[in-house]
Amino acid sequence: MTLKAGEKARIAKQFIEAIPFSKALGMTLDDIGDGFAVISMPWSEDLVGDPRSGVIHGGAVSALMDTCGGAAVMSHPDAPAGTATIDLRIDYMRPATPGQRIVARAECYNVTRSVGFVRASAFDEDEERPVATAAGAFTVERPKETKS
Amino acid sequence: MSRPRPEPVQVVKERRDRALELLVQGVPYARFMGIEFDRRGDELTAIMHFDEKLIGNPFLPALHGGAIASFLEMTAIIGLSWQTLWDDIETGRVAAEDLGPDAMPRLPKTIDFTVDYLRAGLPRDAYARARVNRSGRRYASVHVEAWQDNRDKLFAQATGHFLMPTRVGNGAHVG
Repeated sequence: MTLKAGEKARIAKQFIEAIPFSKALGMTLDDIGDGFAVISMPWSEDLVGDPRSGVIHGGAVSALMDTCGGAAVMSHPDAPAGTATIDLRIDYMRPATPGQRIVARAECYNVTRSVGFVRASAFDEDEERPVATAAGAFTVERPKETKS
Repeated sequence: MSRPRPEPVQVVKERRDRALELLVQGVPYARFMGIEFDRRGDELTAIMHFDEKLIGNPFLPALHGGAIASFLEMTAIIGLSWQTLWDDIETGRVAAEDLGPDAMPRLPKTIDFTVDYLRAGLPRDAYARARVNRSGRRYASVHVEAWQDNRDKLFAQATGHFLMPTRVGNGAHVG
C-alpha cells in the first residue's frame, strides 16, 4: 500500500498526538517527512522543575526529544511498523526560557535491519542557541516476514 | 567528654520528613508525574504511581520512554539535593525552626543524562533509587536504577552529570 505524503503525515500526526503521555504534555506534531520530525510543546506550570526560576524540568524536555526521535524513526522509509527507545542521551546547553514553546527537531540519519540512529535538538524562541541536543538508538520493529 | 542526650526519635523523624516534603513539593513536575519519595534514614526510594497519562504505547500497553526518563532524572536531582539538605539539617546548619521553602537548597542543573531502556515499562507503579558516585564542589555524577516488580530486574537505568548550585558562605565563588 502506498500512501501519498500528505496522507502519511496526517496519520502520523493523529498517531503521535493520541499517545497519552505526549497528549498530557500538550505535544503537537508540526512537521514530518522521510526520517525527520518536528514536535513542539508549550510551557506549562505543571512541567516546572525549579519553582524559583520557572524553568521546565529536564525530564519534560527528554520526553519531547524521545517522542520526536521515535517519530523520526517511524517516518523513515526503511523502517516500517513500530519502534522503542534503546537509549537516549540528552545534553542540556541552557535553561529553556519560561513561558516559551519548545520545539524539537529529530533526524533518523541511519537505519540498519534492527536499529535506527537519531540526532535531535530542541530550541525555544531563540533559534540561534539550542536548549538541548540528543543522540539515541531506537529499535526497528519489522512486520513478520512472509514467505513468497 | 559527655555526649548530649539524643533527641526523641519522633522529633528527629518529623524534622527529616518535613525537609524531604519541602524539597519534593517545591517541584511542580513531581506532582504532575505522581512521583513521591519514601525515606529510610537517609536512603530515598522514588515511587512513580501508575496513571493512564504515563502510557506511551497504548497497544502493549507500556510506559512512555519520556515518562521513564523524567522519573529517573527526577530521582537523580532530588537524590543529589537531598544529600546536601541532609547534611544541612543533621549538622544543624539549618535549624528545625527555619525549615521552610526558603531554606531549601538550589537544585542541581543537569549537564547530561543518558537513559538505558532495558525492558518495556509495565502499566503499574515504578520504583527508583539514585546513587551519587561522585559529588564535588561543582560537578556530580549520579547513577539511577529503576524497577517494577523485582528489584533485581531493572527496566531502566541512567547516568547523569550535574552542575552543583553555588553555596553562599562556604567560600565558593558566587556569580
